[in-house]
Amino acid sequence: MKKAVVSLIIIGAFVIYSIIHARPDLVAIVANTPGDTPSSSSSATTNSSTETTVTSSSTQTPGSLYRDGSYTGSVDDAQWGFVQVKAIITNGKITDVKFLQYPNDRERSIYINSIADPQLTSEAIQAQSANVDIVTGATDSSLAFMQSLTDALSQAQA
Amino acid sequence: MGMPITVEVVDPSVSEADIEQVFAYFCTVDDTFSTYKEHSEISKINRGELDEEEYSDEMKTILALSEQTRQETHGYFDIQHNGIRDPSGIVKGWAILQAAHLLKDAGFSNFYIDAGGDIQVAGHKDGEPWRIGIRNPFERKEIVKVLSVTDKGVATSGTAIRGQHIYNPHDPDTPLQDIVSLTIIGPNVYEADRFATAAFAMGKRGIYFIEQLPGFEGYMIDATARATFTTGFERYVLRHDNTR
Repeated sequence: MKKAVVSLIIIGAFVIYSIIHARPDLVAIVANTPGDTPSSSSSATTNSSTETTVTSSSTQTPGSLYRDGSYTGSVDDAQWGFVQVKAIITNGKITDVKFLQYPNDRERSIYINSIADPQLTSEAIQAQSANVDIVTGATDSSLAFMQSLTDALSQAQA
Repeated sequence: MGMPITVEVVDPSVSEADIEQVFAYFCTVDDTFSTYKEHSEISKINRGELDEEEYSDEMKTILALSEQTRQETHGYFDIQHNGIRDPSGIVKGWAILQAAHLLKDAGFSNFYIDAGGDIQVAGHKDGEPWRIGIRNPFERKEIVKVLSVTDKGVATSGTAIRGQHIYNPHDPDTPLQDIVSLTIIGPNVYEADRFATAAFAMGKRGIYFIEQLPGFEGYMIDATARATFTTGFERYVLRHDNTR
């Protein structure tokens, strides 16, 4: 009985392994430096994508389509910025995919750092006369919450 | 919207019905745009219960204005958060401005509308421009700046929790952007509100964004109680001796 169970497990694992490695279209990344030492660069690369065929080499795990290492994909234009991913291959399998750029954040970051930095005046804030018609300021709700919570907690003290 | 709304009309011909009209208008805005109301139009949209053709005119307007603002602020204003659309950062200023138009159409020219600290002022009070105080974010009973304003909009983005740190969750290594309050004076409260929302998200860089925006002035308070302001801001400041 035990031998049958162990056999089933091994067969099951083999089936799963085969399924995973029979589906190369599952991941659409592009390796740009095959066979080199793993690249950890996160700078933008050119827009042209380079396809490589995986040939057998000493770093390739038998039966897998990918060689170990980390690979940075091309920079692709999403609607509001760029997307770039880095895939990490360990023992022939994709073990991690990192986003190096998010569309929104890259564009925002470029923009915010491009604004000129004129010299602006600073001062310590100072209490003024409260003789005003109207008051503008941060909303009260968060402060009210904190005050209410403090009050409730003080009541809860033994 | 769950916030206090104050309306004051100085023109002597004003009646209670005129003021009521403003509050009634804010109620309809809340019914449409409040994400806290299960049956509001925005909640239905967020649950996928409405097709675009079914959107009300106001909703279509707000969504279009939100998209325009998103582009103008390079994504720093964005109503999309975690898959949900929450336009409250632009609805408030827009609604106050619409309400101000209601009062102007009714023939009034000296009034203010304040919804949650975002304000549209028109004309004068006792012959002087309206006096607007900027609240101390660390001590809510205190005023730290007095402004003298007419026919403009004033909006403040911020938090009243002392020293709350704002950071970009996608890039936690960026230095903490420690600003707690950003007050914007703009041509009207819709403009002031949308840019106050966007500029606050930019942290300490926000005041430079406002500086290079023609027609807007800003006063930013950081977590160390230090304020930085734009080069044209002081023309709106009222000093102790009432000179400008």
